[in-house]
Amino acid sequence: MPSSTVRILLRFLGSMNLAITLLVAIAIAAVIGTVVQQNQPYPDYVFKFGPFWFEVFKQLDLFNVYSSAWFLTILGFLVLSTSVCVYRNLPAIVKDINDYRENSQRSALLQQPYQQTFDQSATLADSLALISALLKQHHYRFRLKPEGNSYLVAAKKGAASRLGYIFSHVAIIVICIGGLLDGNLPLKIAEWRGKIAVETRRIPASDIPAISTLGDDNLSFRANVDIAERGQADLAFIDYKDGYLLQKLPFTIQVDDFRIEHYPSGQPKSFESDLTILDPVAAQAFKQTISVNHPLNYKGYSIYQNSFGDGGSKLSLKAWPLTTEQAAKSLQASVKAHTPIDTQTLEISDFRPFNVNPDPSGAKKFINLGPTFQYKLRDATGIANEYITYMQPTQQDGRWFYSSGMRSKVSESFKYWMMPADANQRLDRFMAFYQGLHNLQKLQQLATQAANASKAAQQSDLKQRQAVAAFMVQLGQQFASGGYEQIASVIEKTVEEPRRQQVSEIYAAALQQLLKNLYLDVLQQEGVKTETGLSDFDSQFYTDAVEAANLGYLYASPWFFELERFQHIEATGLQITRSPGQWLVFPGCLLLVLGVFCMFYLPQRRLWLLVDTNDQGVSILLAGNAVRNRYDFDREFAGIAQQLNPTV
Amino acid sequence: MNHHPYQQASYLQSRSGYDWLWAVLLLVGAGYLFSQYQALMDGYEIGILLSSVLVLLGLGWQWSALKTLSLTVTAFSLLAISRYGDDLSLGETSFLLKYLFASQSAIMWMSALYVMATVAYLGLLFSGRPFVGKVASSLTWSATAMGMTGLMVRWRESYLMGADIGHIPVSNLYEVFILFSIITALLYLHYEQKYQTRSLGGFVLLVISAAVGFLLWYTFDRHADGIQPLVPALNSYWMKIHVPANFVGYGAFSLAAMIGVVFILKSRAADRNPQGFINARLPDLALLDDVMYKAIALGFAFFTLATILGALWAAEAWGGYWSWDPKETWALIVWLNYAAWLHMRLTKGWNGKPMAWWALIGFFVTLFAFLGVNMFLSGLHSYGEL
Ligand code: HEM
Repeated sequence: MPSSTVRILLRFLGSMNLAITLLVAIAIAAVIGTVVQQNQPYPDYVFKFGPFWFEVFKQLDLFNVYSSAWFLTILGFLVLSTSVCVYRNLPAIVKDINDYRENSQRSALLQQPYQQTFDQSATLADSLALISALLKQHHYRFRLKPEGNSYLVAAKKGAASRLGYIFSHVAIIVICIGGLLDGNLPLKIAEWRGKIAVETRRIPASDIPAISTLGDDNLSFRANVDIAERGQADLAFIDYKDGYLLQKLPFTIQVDDFRIEHYPSGQPKSFESDLTILDPVAAQAFKQTISVNHPLNYKGYSIYQNSFGDGGSKLSLKAWPLTTEQAAKSLQASVKAHTPIDTQTLEISDFRPFNVNPDPSGAKKFINLGPTFQYKLRDATGIANEYITYMQPTQQDGRWFYSSGMRSKVSESFKYWMMPADANQRLDRFMAFYQGLHNLQKLQQLATQAANASKAAQQSDLKQRQAVAAFMVQLGQQFASGGYEQIASVIEKTVEEPRRQQVSEIYAAALQQLLKNLYLDVLQQEGVKTETGLSDFDSQFYTDAVEAANLGYLYASPWFFELERFQHIEATGLQITRSPGQWLVFPGCLLLVLGVFCMFYLPQRRLWLLVDTNDQGVSILLAGNAVRNRYDFDREFAGIAQQLNPTV
Repeated sequence: MNHHPYQQASYLQSRSGYDWLWAVLLLVGAGYLFSQYQALMDGYEIGILLSSVLVLLGLGWQWSALKTLSLTVTAFSLLAISRYGDDLSLGETSFLLKYLFASQSAIMWMSALYVMATVAYLGLLFSGRPFVGKVASSLTWSATAMGMTGLMVRWRESYLMGADIGHIPVSNLYEVFILFSIITALLYLHYEQKYQTRSLGGFVLLVISAAVGFLLWYTFDRHADGIQPLVPALNSYWMKIHVPANFVGYGAFSLAAMIGVVFILKSRAADRNPQGFINARLPDLALLDDVMYKAIALGFAFFTLATILGALWAAEAWGGYWSWDPKETWALIVWLNYAAWLHMRLTKGWNGKPMAWWALIGFFVTLFAFLGVNMFLSGLHSYGEL
């Protein structure tokens, strides 16, 4: 390139306008990156923006702004521009720092923004001594230079202000380079060159192909891994775009123990992991306990306590069939594993050993509602509802209920099904009642009994009684499959408005008759004597059981899983990083702070005093300038002039 | 030549008796704290204590009023703490605590006094009577003393709630709003003394009154004034330096914005109504320009420091010095904005009204970083959700 072109290019790159433009561009990009939530799963974006805008935004890399090619390019230009700026300004500044400008001519002094002339009746020597003392008092450094018959005193202070400019701008270059090293830039480049491809499937680590695997020669990354207590891992996962990459580690991390402490409110107070690093090339295993804010450093790798979760707790469940009268069966399942049950799959996602909530009675008390587990139950077609179930019954209005929440969309909150606990605090009675409701034979038998026993039945014939029984069974089935709601909608469809009220009452009475018989049957099976009427508890239980049965259809599950026992296994969430760039970034930061404080708090000022001898004594030309803080310099200059020439 | 008229006593020689007394008290206090709480402190915290002593010493020697303020706050706090003893419930029964020095009461006093100070400063602006100005300044100093006392006592109260709950009260929005008010007021008072003008108070205190308004809403509507235990990530000595440094930045930027408003008003008045009282009572433009620049420079320096401290902390707590978390990102935006402001002023020589407007716009950018991020964006910094 011809040298004039280079010069023009350099002038452009080092120009203030480009710098400001880049600063503004980065600010705008940063705003976009905070408004569009970054690094979310892609389907969430499709849902949020619609398929068209999703595609547009994806092309613009708006879901990963900070690792996008265009953003990295802007940063690169900032580095370039600032470098050129420093390169162009450096020589002049270095010169300026050491220069007292003692060669300034009188004419140059008369051009300075601040100046004053006055006479003193003193000898040259006395005057110079006075000036020296005065300048020292104001912390100026100065040089004396004879100029023909006169003397020039050239003084300056705050030269570090100019150094500050160099420090802070070099710091920005250094920090950006360090940051680019530690950012996704190397990964980006490897991706462009086709060396890596992101993995989007949820598959076991051993199945991840080599193209999505990074060796331990990767210098800079930030990866996560969850390790169960007493488990090990020699790999971690880097979140990348809409998937992840597998990062191999040159050592194995073993979790010897994980501990978590809680505040009385159930909030985690601290969590820590005892780790052992098993390094094949080290003679000895390296042990350290890490906690939040106290990471471990090993051979340039840092291991952080990041999160915690379930490490595959083993749960013993009792599966109650809700729609048949089969006996409940036992089931062993693990958290984060899939367990088949008939045609369905039980996918347990989480287990919590306790749930502390504010006590509804007192403001500052907390109660522990006991363990819960959360799962999805997926049918053969792949459709799943999500559930959360408490292990222990909880108290409401003095009665005890088992509760389980259900939702069909992750975006919804759970709706709870409350099942009354029996006198032994068990589910057995309610389940017997609920299963009976779904048992056609049982309903028929009970309905026939009821039809035969009523007063009206004495006068009617068999056929009528059978019809009544059949009607009751039908009602029972409608109730079981859709609660009162279902019956009401049938009435609405089949009965004209004027008679609906009356019909509803008849239906309700018939249904109550059937349900009551069902309940009495359950009690008799239990061996409870019912002839002399029900105890308060038993009749309250009936009300609660009918209410629960009414809403049971909303639970939409063929099973209720009761948690009987558990073995809690925790997992620690570790973050493993390697960031060699920090050895540029941290010193760069120090330099930046130093530079910024120098620039602002050591403002550069210059004074010149040109002393001429004349008949009466001396005449002094005082001139000065200040790069910054002119307002303060005004005062200082006026003060110095006043001190030199008190008569004015 | 040993004697000449400008020979100056050295810095140490020119310290007054009060300066030395104060230094001794400071050292004794720090020594006492150290001997009492040594067991609870790690090396970093001892370092922070030491640096605080040095910073306070320097500030107090530089600015005499600060000595009186800190002695008052110490006296109030010690009174309150000794009244508490080990029994937190005294806060509800002891007259001294309930009506004066329990943290929530002290903060109510602070709030009331700042609002009164705002009214007084505005009164000064309209009446022009110096006495009103003196009252306004005293009210501001008193409010600041009460606010600081409130924070000190709150610090102690948190330990009375439980040794593992105790922490420096800069951990949630409620607490940092108090910090913000105090720091902004102190910065203002500093400039008030330095430039010998009280006419800016009515404007700067408006921001503080707004913060007080938020604080009251937060207390009475959201009941967010309780002391909460720390989440593990916040439990670090970094919090003790990162947060205060940040709030020097926020405070200075807010101050600069209000000076920007005064600048705009003054230059309008000078153009349109030079005889009016606004033009007469507000300081001249050169002074305003200078205070605005100084405030932004101070804010920028501390904001740089705070952001870097935040990055260092993040490197320790989150596993990376920079995560593009919304709060971090907005801190960067604020920083870039003021960097551009300073560049324009210094290298392009921009000044006057455009810079004043820009300082005001900068305030809204800062406000978003401070509050908006918590309200509208989610991220790692979700400690003080609204
Ligand atoms: C992120 C990028 C940058 C930041 C944060 C930054 C920051 C600063 C700051 C804070 C000042 C001091 C203003 C003051 O003293 O009040 C300054 C001055 C200056 N900057 Fe930058 N700067 C950046 C990039 C650049 C670039 C790319 C250039 C090249 C054109 C540049 C040229 C200058 C110049 C010439 C000065 C004045 C120096 C002096 O008079 O002492 N800056 N910069």
